[in-house]
Parts: sequence; structure tokens; C-alpha cells
Amino acid sequence: MDSISKNKASKISIILVLSFFAIFALLPFYFLIVSAFKPGVEMIRHGITLNPHFEKFTLDQFKLLFDPKESNYFYWYRNSLLYTGVQTVLGLVLTSMVGYGLGVYTRYKYRNVVFIMVLLVMMIPVEIMILPLYKEMVSLKMFDKIWGVVLPFAVFPSAVFFFRQYSLGLPLELMDSGRIDGLTEYGIFVRIMVPLMKPAFGAMAILISMNSWNAVVWPMVVLRSNKKLTIPIGLSTLITPYGNNYDLLMPGAVLAVIPIIILFMLNQKAFIEGLTSGSIKG
Amino acid sequence: MQKSSSSILSGKFFQKYLNSQNVVPFIFVLPFLISFVLFFIYPLFSTFQMSFQEIHGFNDVRYIGFTNYKNLLNDRFLSAIRVTMTYTFWTIVILVPLPVILSVFLNLKHVGASFFKPVLFIPQLTSVIVAGIFFRFAFSDTPDALFNTIVGFFGIGPVRWLKEATPTMFALVTLCVWRWLGVNIVYFLSALQSIPREMYEVAAIDGAGPVRRFLHITLPFLKPTIIYVTTISVYGGFAMFSESYALFGTARTPGEIGSTMVGYLYQQAFVEARMGFGAAAGVVLFFMVMIINLIQLKLFGAFRRGDY
Repeated sequence: MDSISKNKASKISIILVLSFFAIFALLPFYFLIVSAFKPGVEMIRHGITLNPHFEKFTLDQFKLLFDPKESNYFYWYRNSLLYTGVQTVLGLVLTSMVGYGLGVYTRYKYRNVVFIMVLLVMMIPVEIMILPLYKEMVSLKMFDKIWGVVLPFAVFPSAVFFFRQYSLGLPLELMDSGRIDGLTEYGIFVRIMVPLMKPAFGAMAILISMNSWNAVVWPMVVLRSNKKLTIPIGLSTLITPYGNNYDLLMPGAVLAVIPIIILFMLNQKAFIEGLTSGSIKG
Repeated sequence: MQKSSSSILSGKFFQKYLNSQNVVPFIFVLPFLISFVLFFIYPLFSTFQMSFQEIHGFNDVRYIGFTNYKNLLNDRFLSAIRVTMTYTFWTIVILVPLPVILSVFLNLKHVGASFFKPVLFIPQLTSVIVAGIFFRFAFSDTPDALFNTIVGFFGIGPVRWLKEATPTMFALVTLCVWRWLGVNIVYFLSALQSIPREMYEVAAIDGAGPVRRFLHITLPFLKPTIIYVTTISVYGGFAMFSESYALFGTARTPGEIGSTMVGYLYQQAFVEARMGFGAAAGVVLFFMVMIINLIQLKLFGAFRRGDY
């Protein structure tokens, strides 16, 4: 075999390997969508099957899903949108402030101490602390409320870290010219620096909102009333085969993920950058 | 209105204190400091305190010394440690080398990287619960369920997937690999793209084959990323709970085959209402993670963690 055709053969086998993993990545979505159109009893009897059984397709489950007498899915969806929105806006404001403060004020004495504290928070899994945090939420009257979901993780350490790294590259001369123009330090941040940090805000908006939309452990601990749950937690209450749970499970899962995939397809690059921005930089 | 606010802003007090170089940085980091005390130091301290207590409701608290820790030496918790370690081990064994190889493939010319990269990334967009719903029913133990059909092609099965230990571990690791493979590929791919092309050209002229080029150029360049990905996989593995919860729908799994340390903590505290005991499990987990942190610091110097 000459080297050109050998090259071609290896390229084709590489593409075959990649295709295998692409199918592995995509097939679950196909099966989730197909299963969403089948009655829940099919899931109990057969699970997810290779044969799609198109003859069993029905739209009844989707009607159940949005019938407030049958399920709270509408509330879950609304809550997820609300919690995610609040978490993202609040998180961006707070983490950009902190990250900027750590990155720009190089003569601040406790700068490194605070930065080590940020790293410490990143190093210890929150799961260890969910019990006292839960008790704390009860005492602060934030249990089963939106602030209980949002506040404990509003100052998201990875985002602080990212904003700090980003701020290290900001042109500090602009701070002096801002001072000469009579701006306060806060004015310099809001008027001059925030616009320069726009790409960082984009990446962190995606990171924080995706984390919030898909969060499981903490919302599960801090929320109790069924009507206040988020989509993932609401869906997890349906995993036990009781009543019409299995009719709701598949369509509920599909509708939770489809909007995100559409957003992703519109803006792949920003999503990939945002969600992997924890990696080593600079 | 406009005037009064501007007079406060240009007021002496403001200029002297709130806008002084000593105070401004403090105010910028203040949200973190508040959050650090309220939602990190206090609960961390509290976990230690609670682990020495027997708690029945808010006002009925007794100190019981190390009893909770002694009681932790039971089969269920030891099994949870074993499941956690096994899961962490397998996720690292798969989720480091496999994405390294796939990212090297994707870094070649004309293999369709711009198509494969986003496609492989898509699973990351799902909540672990949604992923769990798929895998729960794909790993159903009926003969015509998806994974039983697949193993059936090879003459195996039907397997009782989520009812036996090894198949359950396989399902948990599969779920994790599905969600994280694309992310790790992106990490490695961005590291690969920082390798200067000339290095390969020089090596090729020197007669180094693809394998030698991989071992002597690619791998050394990927080392920091390999360390990073291994680190986040260790953390993710030790804190694992939601994958198991998503597959089984409860914190307690049949015969403890899928119960992790965090799962045990959750089960004890929130289902069996033994808060102090759950806290003790948390402290054990804390020390295990701290030991890993110290090893990491020792071996690799400073390290950074991404997002879970």
C-alpha cells in the first residue's frame, strides 16, 4: 500500500471512531424524544427499546404535562426560569465585583489572602456542608424559598476566579484617566471596565445559568413544596412508578433539555467557551 | 434628587473613606467575604460540631462524643466508601486517556472537527436527572430494553442492570462518561492547539513516527491539562451522588450497590433524620478530600478547580 492510500485509510478509520462516539453522544436524545410520545406504561413494561414502536405514539402525555390538575410541570418550568434568571444576574454582579477587586487593586494588602479563600471554597465539595446549610436556611427563614436556592451560591467561586484572571489583563492606565476625569473608583468599574469585560460576562452568564438550570443537590435539599421545585428536582420526584408519573417523565425531560440545545446550536462557541472556562488559563 | 445624590458622592466622607484606595478593594470583595463567612466557614464549622451531637429537632441536641464516628464503621458506610472509590477510579481510567486520544484525532486536518466537537459536547447540556432518566430506562432489565438488546447481539444477558453491583457500576460510569467526555475533549483540544506546529515538522524530518511524536511532544504538552482533568474527576467522583440518585430515584439503592458517601450522608440526614450521624459522614469525606488536596499540592504545586 502506498503512503497516500495508507493515509486515506487511517483517516477513514479515525472518522469512523469519532462517528461512533458522536452516535453515543446523540442517541440518548433520539430515544428520549421517541419515548416521550409513548404512554408511560410502555416504560414500565419494556424500558427504552431499540424498536421505536411508532404505532404506539400518542400526544396524551404532553396534554397531561400542562394540565395543572395532573402535574405541576408548568410551575417547575416557571420556577427554573425564575431561579436561573435571578441567580445569573445576581451572580454576575457579585462575582464580577469581587473578581475585579482582586485583579485590579494590586496594592491591596489582603488580596492574596482573599484569593486563597476563594481557592479554598473551590477545593471543598459543597455536599459536605449541606446539612448545616439546610439548618441555616431554616433559621434564616429561607427554606423552601427562592433566596434559599439562590443566595448561598450567588458568589460562585469559579466565576470569581475567572473574572479575576480576566481583570489581570485590563488596561490599568484607563483607571488613572478615569480618576482625572473625576470618576470614583466605582464609576471607573461601571463605566469603563465593565464594558471592557463584556466577553467575560458572556462566558460567565452561560456558566452560571447552566449550573443553575441543571442544579440537583442543593435545590433538592432546600426546596420542599412540589409547586416550588425546579424542573430537574420535579422530574426526580417522578422517577418512582406511581400514578401517572411515567407518562410525565419522558416528555418532561425532553422539554427541559430541548430549549438549551436550541440555544446551544445558535451559539455553540460561546457555550463551549463558557462551560469550559474553568480550565487552566494564563 | 440628582443634586443631592451627587453631593453625597462628592461629599467629604465619601471621598475620604469610601473612595479611598484602602477601602475600595475591601468593598469590592465584600460580597465574597460575607458569603464566605455565612455559607462556608459557618457551615463547615457546624458540620464538625454536629458530628459530635445527637439531634432531634432544633432544641433537642445532645453531645455524644465520638459515638457517631464509631457507628460509621458499619457495612453500609464502608460499602458507600467502596462504591465512591471504585466509581472515581473508573471515571479517571476512562475520562482521561479516551478524550486525550479523541482530541488528538480531532486535532488532525480534514476529520470534521467543527462537526464532531459540538456534537460530542451536547450531553453536557443536560441535567444529570435528565441523563439519568434515559439511562434508567435504557438499562431496564427487560429483555427488549436497549442495553439488553445490545449485549444480546454478543450472546450475553438479559442483565439485571440496576439490581446487581457490577452492572450498576457500569451504568453509573457510562452515565458519567456520556456527560463529561465532550468537556474533557474540549480541554485537551485547546491544550493541543497551543503546541507549535513546527515542533511536529522538525520531529517528522528527524524521522520520528506518529507514536514517538505523540509520546515525546504531545504528552508533555498535555501534562498540565491531564493533571487538571484528573483533579476535577477526583473531586467529582468523591462528591458523586446525583448520578446515583438519578438512576435509582432514591438515595438508598437496593443492597447499597449504587450508594455513595454523599448518598449515605443525604439518606441519614434527610430520610432517617439522623443529622449528627450524617454530619460525621461529611467530616470523613472532608478529610478524604483534604488528603487528596494535600497530595495534589505536594505533587503539582498550585492547582485550580473548575466547575462541577
